[in-house]
Amino acid sequence: MRFISAILFTAILGFVFGTGFTARAFAQEAPDVGPKPPLVVKPMESHIGNITGHSADAKSDYRRYCAGCHGDYGDANGENAVWLDPKPRDFTIATFKCRSTLTGTLPTDEDLFNTIGRGLTNSNMPIWNTFTKQQRADLVAYIKIFSPRWEHEKAGEPIKIPAEPPVTVESISHGKALFTKLECWKCHGPHGEGDGPSASTLTDSKDNPIRPYNFAAGGSDSRFKCGNSNQDIYKIFMTGVDGTPMPSFADVIQPNDAWDLVHFLRTLQVNRHGKENEVLAAAHGVIPPYVEKSPAPAAAPADNKSPGGGH
Amino acid sequence: MRTKQMLLTLSTLFVCPSLMCPSLMFAGTVSGKVTYTGTPAHQKPIDMSKEPSCAKQHATPVITETVVTGANNALDNVVVYVSSGAPDDGQVPTQAITYTQKGCQYIPHVLAMHVNQEFDIVNDDQTSHNIHPLPKVNIEWNKSQPPGTAPIKEKYDKPEFIEVKCNIHPWMHGYFAVLKTSHYDVSKDGGDFKLPNLPPGKYTITAWHEKYGTQTADVTITGNETKDVNFTFKATAY
Repeated sequence: MRFISAILFTAILGFVFGTGFTARAFAQEAPDVGPKPPLVVKPMESHIGNITGHSADAKSDYRRYCAGCHGDYGDANGENAVWLDPKPRDFTIATFKCRSTLTGTLPTDEDLFNTIGRGLTNSNMPIWNTFTKQQRADLVAYIKIFSPRWEHEKAGEPIKIPAEPPVTVESISHGKALFTKLECWKCHGPHGEGDGPSASTLTDSKDNPIRPYNFAAGGSDSRFKCGNSNQDIYKIFMTGVDGTPMPSFADVIQPNDAWDLVHFLRTLQVNRHGKENEVLAAAHGVIPPYVEKSPAPAAAPADNKSPGGGH
Repeated sequence: MRTKQMLLTLSTLFVCPSLMCPSLMFAGTVSGKVTYTGTPAHQKPIDMSKEPSCAKQHATPVITETVVTGANNALDNVVVYVSSGAPDDGQVPTQAITYTQKGCQYIPHVLAMHVNQEFDIVNDDQTSHNIHPLPKVNIEWNKSQPPGTAPIKEKYDKPEFIEVKCNIHPWMHGYFAVLKTSHYDVSKDGGDFKLPNLPPGKYTITAWHEKYGTQTADVTITGNETKDVNFTFKATAY
């Protein structure tokens, strides 16, 4: 019996590794031969408020809590990684989803610190609220040892977010017009249910299938990947979610218009209790068509693919 | 290195000792044709029905551009460039180059550029595109470009062949070829390419195709002459 299971085990191992090597052969790369070189923990730092994190101090925490998925070498090849969807972040390319900085730039230390504390909803990244702030800061520093970008580049400048204007039916209505015009619905669907015409074709930057966010799912506490405040939603679409199909809109949405879009997006979370849905309920759940304020005599674009929401 | 340069200079003086020298100095040209053998994968018509504003721009369905061929087994969209022998003088071409999204296609399909050369990305369509190049060496970004917005100005600081995607229109595929040389061309109109203005010297010419990989050829330019270099790629049926 033991003999048979040993044979089976070898066969399965052979299959798994065999396919791995075939893929390599197609890519025409020399396979890595021999053991991996020992990991050098470069002395990196992070600064969050008055806390300074040191990479050397996070060595055991990383190995114990992070390496299982993100891998000893930060390359997203931890032993659990094959079973995960979405895949763990690959720190060697230093592309991060949750940033307050523009697309293509490195996130701030605070962005990474917040991501560790917040976890990533709809993924296997848990909320690490058992760590002390010092532990989290040390881990932020440790993440930086895996990519040379952290030695050559500064973090991006956080985008400027103006104070949030009051939620009104007009702001929701304008947000809806932007949602239509900017074609957010192509992926997120006309009612924000993640079922737009392009949704089924999306892949992340490593070619793994990925789903657009479904605003309508979840109860009153449904969370976004990169935070749950209105400011966080503002940041998500302005800076984009790097490594995924979600682009940055920082160049194409004016700051105050962006707040209107935030207010509309909140109404797509139909089960959420919040000021946006209250304002909408007071208007009997009807979002009036948006009327351009500036004197624009040209005919308004036909709103024939009008997204709904908050009905 | 220095001796090599001196030899180059000496040989230049030797081949053009007259007053015409300056105009003839860089008169070497490498030109030729890129072809394929075998049967390339059948290119399929693209269904753009999900984007009517693009579909109506095409009288007949657009065909995928992974492999673009011409008469006599010609192969287009091959980037041909000097990969060694011409030390990069670091001068970035100032001429404007443009990558246009029109009819939900990238024009040109392959845009070749110099490292650090600025290029414009333009949306000529009535629909939003997101420009999502997928570099491995350079830095990844992803930007939305609704109709009627300003061109996106970008540049890359490391040589790389970068796949470009639009996530909204998954059939849109193209490439940026970022090169550390100003001697490059992309084969077109029947696989033709031309690399003019080469000073005398020994060069390695590399040809890159998105599907069929790379090939190289060595060539020596001794003066005012045109050297024929041809590349033949082996087509695969999948």
